[in-house]
Amino acid sequence: MSEAVIETQDLTKHYGDFVAVDNLNLTVEEGQTFGLLGPNGSGKTTTILMLLGLTEPTAGKVRVLGFDPVRQPLSVKARVGYLPERLGFYDELTARENLLYIAKLNGLPRDEAYRRIDKVLEQINLSTAADQRVATMSRGMRQRLGLAEVLLKQPQLIIMDEPTQGLDPEVAHEFLNIVRDLKAEGITILLASHLLHQVQAVCDRVGLFHAGKMVLEGTVKDLAQRVLGGAYRIRLETEGAVPGLEEALRKLPGVVNVHCQDTNTYELEATKDLRPEAARAAIEAGGRLLAIDIEEPSLDEVYTRYFQEVEHGTAS
Amino acid sequence: MALQANQARVKRAREGSPWTGLWAVVGKEMADQLTSVRMRILEVLILLTAFGTVYAALQELRATVGRDPFVFLKLFTTPRDPLPAFAGFLVFLVPLIAIALAFDAINGEFNRRTLPRVLAQPIYRDALLFGKFLAGFFTLALVLTTIWLLVMGLGLLRLGVPPSGEEVGRSLWFLVATIFYGGIWLALALVFSIIFRQPATAALASIAVWIFFTVFWEMIASLLAQAIQPVRSGFLEEVLAQSQLEMALARISPNTLYSEITLALLHPTIRALGLVLPIQLHGAILGTPLPLRQSMLLTWPQMTSLIAATILLFALGYTLFQRQEIRP
Repeated sequence: MSEAVIETQDLTKHYGDFVAVDNLNLTVEEGQTFGLLGPNGSGKTTTILMLLGLTEPTAGKVRVLGFDPVRQPLSVKARVGYLPERLGFYDELTARENLLYIAKLNGLPRDEAYRRIDKVLEQINLSTAADQRVATMSRGMRQRLGLAEVLLKQPQLIIMDEPTQGLDPEVAHEFLNIVRDLKAEGITILLASHLLHQVQAVCDRVGLFHAGKMVLEGTVKDLAQRVLGGAYRIRLETEGAVPGLEEALRKLPGVVNVHCQDTNTYELEATKDLRPEAARAAIEAGGRLLAIDIEEPSLDEVYTRYFQEVEHGTAS
Repeated sequence: MALQANQARVKRAREGSPWTGLWAVVGKEMADQLTSVRMRILEVLILLTAFGTVYAALQELRATVGRDPFVFLKLFTTPRDPLPAFAGFLVFLVPLIAIALAFDAINGEFNRRTLPRVLAQPIYRDALLFGKFLAGFFTLALVLTTIWLLVMGLGLLRLGVPPSGEEVGRSLWFLVATIFYGGIWLALALVFSIIFRQPATAALASIAVWIFFTVFWEMIASLLAQAIQPVRSGFLEEVLAQSQLEMALARISPNTLYSEITLALLHPTIRALGLVLPIQLHGAILGTPLPLRQSMLLTWPQMTSLIAATILLFALGYTLFQRQEIRP
């Protein structure tokens, strides 16, 4: 049975009149990779700061690894690695010196610190730049150095705030691979981002934030089901228009919606994989089937659709 | 019931020591201070001052060596046109050094975006702030002690007589006072570095306070005293009350306190700071020096005020920093 690594109960944070986080109930289980999604200013960073005890909650309860970040911040911070948004280092020091300072703040003995620094630098592929001043490093290298620092304390939980923002695609990809490796090691990861396809690529579960509330939570598939109505999108292409096919498709069990895009392309939203049934329907309607494929729902779509609905005031 | 209350109190208390990680911060900050370009500039400035003023004083003093029992103290206090005495120079210079060491302590971390990263380590904010203060304080102490040694060394070389124990004691106590005088300005700059996000603003604010106390406060104290305790009929009591008020007001300024300490320590014949009526001097043998212990006693209120002001300013900074949001 897995234990809850992060647990919040009606967590609330006010800045004056502004409600940054509103009655948040979040649970992240051990070993999970959880994605916090949402536009800027929706309360992601505030939530993270409260988890680390860097900001005091106005109301509600937080437990991180079984500790209370408000009263036991040292225990929490000794076990949780935090990669903040827009990282800064001491530019005049080298990568190794920066890491050494953090190691000392964590109370690591000197030998242990040196050993671990060598190890993490290797792990994130930065050994060759170890004695280079941070001022001369690229954005991608700094981001990896940030990750090295997080790994230095051998955390049980890693919290990352917009870790791939501003990285070029190749570096971002490499970064996500490191995240996957960490995930494979069984480390729990909380990742806040608005770069959706990246979140989708690594996260088991996601939570969608809007105006301080977590409005949706679940696996990407769950969310697609709830927001888009159907989790599967099937595209059919026939030769020429097929009279009666649209109605036939609509009647299939499990079909939520059918769009007729051109005269010869049909798009089905369905709750399960209906490819065989759809193909049969097309043939039975007397059409010639040219292509049929299925498209996994993307988080992008969920996100866009959800916020469209918010704007129109129809979101549940 | 009592047990429950006890448990509740334990629960409410913060875990661990607030000073966890303090020495790591002190070590890093001192290394930063001592290797910075800023420090190089200050060192040059300080060396120039020390050599310039002491050399000038030596020129004056060589004539009187042997006749004066406190010739080493004169090294600190003898002016020669156009230079003021070394002790006089320190009144200006020490605040500048202290401000330069601390004006970007906290906002510098903000602007480099290192603050969230450092505070996400298992330390309290207390350790970071106090560590930065201590690092500045130790650096200041190091610099001032070096100057002190330089001055004494120069004196030994050029005067050719060793200092007496009394002289060493007095000048050491003067050194301690100078360090704490710097401590006030260090704490002040630290407070401004918490309040203002821009280091330039913090530096300017600190320098504004420094100029205020150096140039204007004496004037303002005198004006205030005249307004609050006007001399209407010219009685001695009125004149006395006014100048006593003026002195009390002037002592709000750390510069005044420090100058008084300097005066009493480096001039052993000074027997009182402030107003002395002829009747109080009855029976005193004028011109005889006080023993060191008596001079220390005389400057004790000034000394404790300097230390208290440093602690108060630091406490203010501490309160501000604890409540500050660390979001970029």
